[in-house]
Amino acid sequence: MTTQDRAAPPPAGRLTARQVTRQRRSASLRRTWRLFRRNRSGLLGLAILAGFVFVALAAPLLADPNGLEVTKATGGVLEAPSGRFLLGTDDNGRSVLTLLIWGTRVSLLVGLLATAISMVIGTLLGLMSGFFEGWPAAALFRLTEWFLVIPFLPLAIVLASVLGRSLLNIAIVIGVTSWPGTALLIRSQTLSIKERPYLERARVLGAGRWRQMTRHVLPNVMPMVFANTTLTVAIAILSETTLSFLGLGDPTRVSWGSMLESAFSVGAMTTGAWWFIVPPGVCVVLVVLSFTLVGQALEEIFNPRLRRR
Amino acid sequence: MSEPPLLEARGVCVDFTTRAGATARALDGVDLTVERGEVVALVGESGSGKTTLARAFMGLQRPTAGEVRLQGQPMDYSGRALRRFRRQVQMILQDAAGSLNPRQTVYESVAEGLRLHRVVASDPEGRTEADVVAGALADSGLRPPDRFFLRYPHELSGGQQQRVLIAGALALRPQLLIADEPVSSLDASIRGEILALLLRLRDALGVGVLVVTHDLGLAWNIADRIAVMYLGRVVETGRIEEVLEAPKHPYTRALLSVVPEMDRLEPEVLTGEIPDPTRIPGGCRFHPRCPRLADGTAERAGVADDCLGTPLEVLPASGAHQAACHLAAVLSRSAPRLVD
Amino acid sequence: MGALLSIENLSVAYWTAEGWLPAVREVDLAVQAGEVVGIAGESGCGKSTLASTVLRLQPADARVSGEVLVDGEDVLSMRWGQLRALRWAKASIVFQGALHSLNPVHRVGDQIAEPILLHEPDVGRDEADERVGDLLEQVGLPRTRSRAYPHQLSGGQRQRVMVAMALACRPRLVIADEPTTALDVMVQAQILDLLSQLVRELGVGMVIISHDLSVLADVCDRVAVMYAGRIVETARAEDLFGSPLHPYSAALSDAFPRIGDPAARYAPSGLAGDPPDLRDLPAGCSFRPRCPRAVAECAQQEPPLVEIVAGRSAACIRVGEP
Repeated sequence: MTTQDRAAPPPAGRLTARQVTRQRRSASLRRTWRLFRRNRSGLLGLAILAGFVFVALAAPLLADPNGLEVTKATGGVLEAPSGRFLLGTDDNGRSVLTLLIWGTRVSLLVGLLATAISMVIGTLLGLMSGFFEGWPAAALFRLTEWFLVIPFLPLAIVLASVLGRSLLNIAIVIGVTSWPGTALLIRSQTLSIKERPYLERARVLGAGRWRQMTRHVLPNVMPMVFANTTLTVAIAILSETTLSFLGLGDPTRVSWGSMLESAFSVGAMTTGAWWFIVPPGVCVVLVVLSFTLVGQALEEIFNPRLRRR
Repeated sequence: MSEPPLLEARGVCVDFTTRAGATARALDGVDLTVERGEVVALVGESGSGKTTLARAFMGLQRPTAGEVRLQGQPMDYSGRALRRFRRQVQMILQDAAGSLNPRQTVYESVAEGLRLHRVVASDPEGRTEADVVAGALADSGLRPPDRFFLRYPHELSGGQQQRVLIAGALALRPQLLIADEPVSSLDASIRGEILALLLRLRDALGVGVLVVTHDLGLAWNIADRIAVMYLGRVVETGRIEEVLEAPKHPYTRALLSVVPEMDRLEPEVLTGEIPDPTRIPGGCRFHPRCPRLADGTAERAGVADDCLGTPLEVLPASGAHQAACHLAAVLSRSAPRLVD
Repeated sequence: MGALLSIENLSVAYWTAEGWLPAVREVDLAVQAGEVVGIAGESGCGKSTLASTVLRLQPADARVSGEVLVDGEDVLSMRWGQLRALRWAKASIVFQGALHSLNPVHRVGDQIAEPILLHEPDVGRDEADERVGDLLEQVGLPRTRSRAYPHQLSGGQRQRVMVAMALACRPRLVIADEPTTALDVMVQAQILDLLSQLVRELGVGMVIISHDLSVLADVCDRVAVMYAGRIVETARAEDLFGSPLHPYSAALSDAFPRIGDPAARYAPSGLAGDPPDLRDLPAGCSFRPRCPRAVAECAQQEPPLVEIVAGRSAACIRVGEP
């Protein structure tokens, strides 16, 4: 509708295809950021998230890794917060703050890894079951439904005990059990995009299935995938906490879930050692909340129906 | 020996199965040709099968019976052959706004066909992709072209979107362009510009154009020949002047009479709508709505029984003015015109 | 009592992210009982905004000034209760896109009866059903169709149901917003016939809005052409179509050629350029950038709508020049 040039100013002379593509990408990124900036809760989520990512990356600078070793613990058993231990100590005399900082790393890592696995499976299967027709699509859809109705926890527990207790396995278990939601979302998006006239146009121009899927369907579902990712990360982090709490986590690493588990097993609850329970709990809630806020903001940007007004 | 027509439909039938399991015959034997540098209008109401025929011409819809031929060669539905075919024949879809991928810039939308067919690598003048895209945009009336490269579809007006689509098709230098309702979604003042563009392409590049429309005024504006469709058949065809100035088929005549400012014909509003293609009426398929049958003209000419019971032949794809109508056949033997 | 509908100096602006958007600017219009007035113009010219403002259906945050009188009552300052009585009972609207305006899960008969039961509390269910049957017959559908659901009807039948619905409470003014868009030519002709016949029989006043000047030329007594939110020409329908005064009306009229006119063969006529951005209107006449007859003087001020001959007005400084 507008007559003035909204995109980058027209460059003098000719452009190569690559330059055009690059300009287009940066223009679209800038536009997304401009819209995101208007969303207050999204920005808040992003700020909290940035804080946690910073803590995770800078963990070695913020807390001495020696503080994680039981044998090198310097504090007393379940010491209350003090000037020396800002968040008190655990049952082995380790600083809860140190555990919390290093736990951030593990929790975020597992969360992101599991999400990546879940996204790849979910997007691929969703895209294929939406795009193809006939029995392959039906089979994929049944598979998705089947995974959707299997109760998450028992399956995860079985898988975790079969695969063994390691960081990677926990991520795989969560990834493999959490993709059906994504797949269904992507499938419904794909089905609606498949009917759009621009796919017919692509066929008219001579595009094969592969090109239609990668150039037209995928770019148009990607924003939804992206927005969904942030929501899945939240679920993955919660799942990691749950599995670790149930004692299925990597025993050699400290995560927020394993902190909660040991707090529970030493009876921190009954002895009133709140400093061992509340900080990891609050961290889980904050990270989940921040991902959800960012996810909702992104969804609002990418889903034009929500963007109106 | 004459050269085969550029694009030709021979006895094309297309069946669909409805949800209820009935078979709907969207096209019931259509013969139609489009020659090089010729503008042919395919006219009809919705449900007449005109869009299905356009899709069959494009290889998007495989005929149940009959065949589509390009330069005398029957269409091959293998992936590679279809791609080769689509380099020669291009189509502009009905909904301009929806036909552009919202996440692609104008540049990418126009370059898409070029990349698919590797046109740039074989460009005789050694032009770059950007040159070809700019050329196609300029040919389509978007000037200066590089101002539009980075625009997204939603930043363009309806007329500009339609031009981008034309540019995308044109970049492949097709021999034939099929335009499905090219201006129906556009504002009246833009309409003429787009139609003029189609005519210019024909004149400058020798592109044949098949324009699918419900609008007889549009056909009068730009087409050389016209084919009027009703319920899956061509019911009247011929040169524009012949068909629109002296229609033979009562359906064509009725369509013409309801064009709002057609004062020279008494408006003849047909009742009802096109019947369901799962139950094509016997005899002449138009007979349940035919005003000539209803007012007794057919009875007086002695063809009323034929109208009800004798099916009509498929009109052959020749250039002559002809109509699939029992009454017209009788009248043309006795008097030259149906118009009284 | 005066005109059935009288619009005076009406302006409507919407608030958008990029600022105020003047959709309708200083429009005057009057409709008498038994008269059909057409409003023609392209998308974004303000014609639909004008229609919805008559029934105060514009968005709540729109800025409205001027006066709208329906049957002598001021719509813009009316209280909510009065406004409800006005809609349906005095003036009703036929929207474009019948498919989306009908509720798919209710029978069409119930949907037509709904406004009757709502606005006329003393009417019982049986009487309402009786009236629905009469209405359906009036719009050329069998009484039994009241039991049908919208998806069981064809596009033309649905549009007839919409017309029946608009007539349900015996309004004195009917506004039809693009009543024939998306319908086939033959069905379009059927609906237009129906509308003209209803005006003749019921003596209602009607406003028909369309982007298609040729549709209006056939059924309207008078036509107003809008461009960029303003009326640029009003005239009797046949005058407007036969000899338009404003260059924009001329372009609209030429866009639909007269079949059989040799001058239109291979010569489609249209205007270059696009309608202006309403937030950033050109100085002077807003049609100037696209106008084939523009001169330097046109940039100085927006030409007022002036009466050229009795019953014909145009907003163009070059009208009347040789």
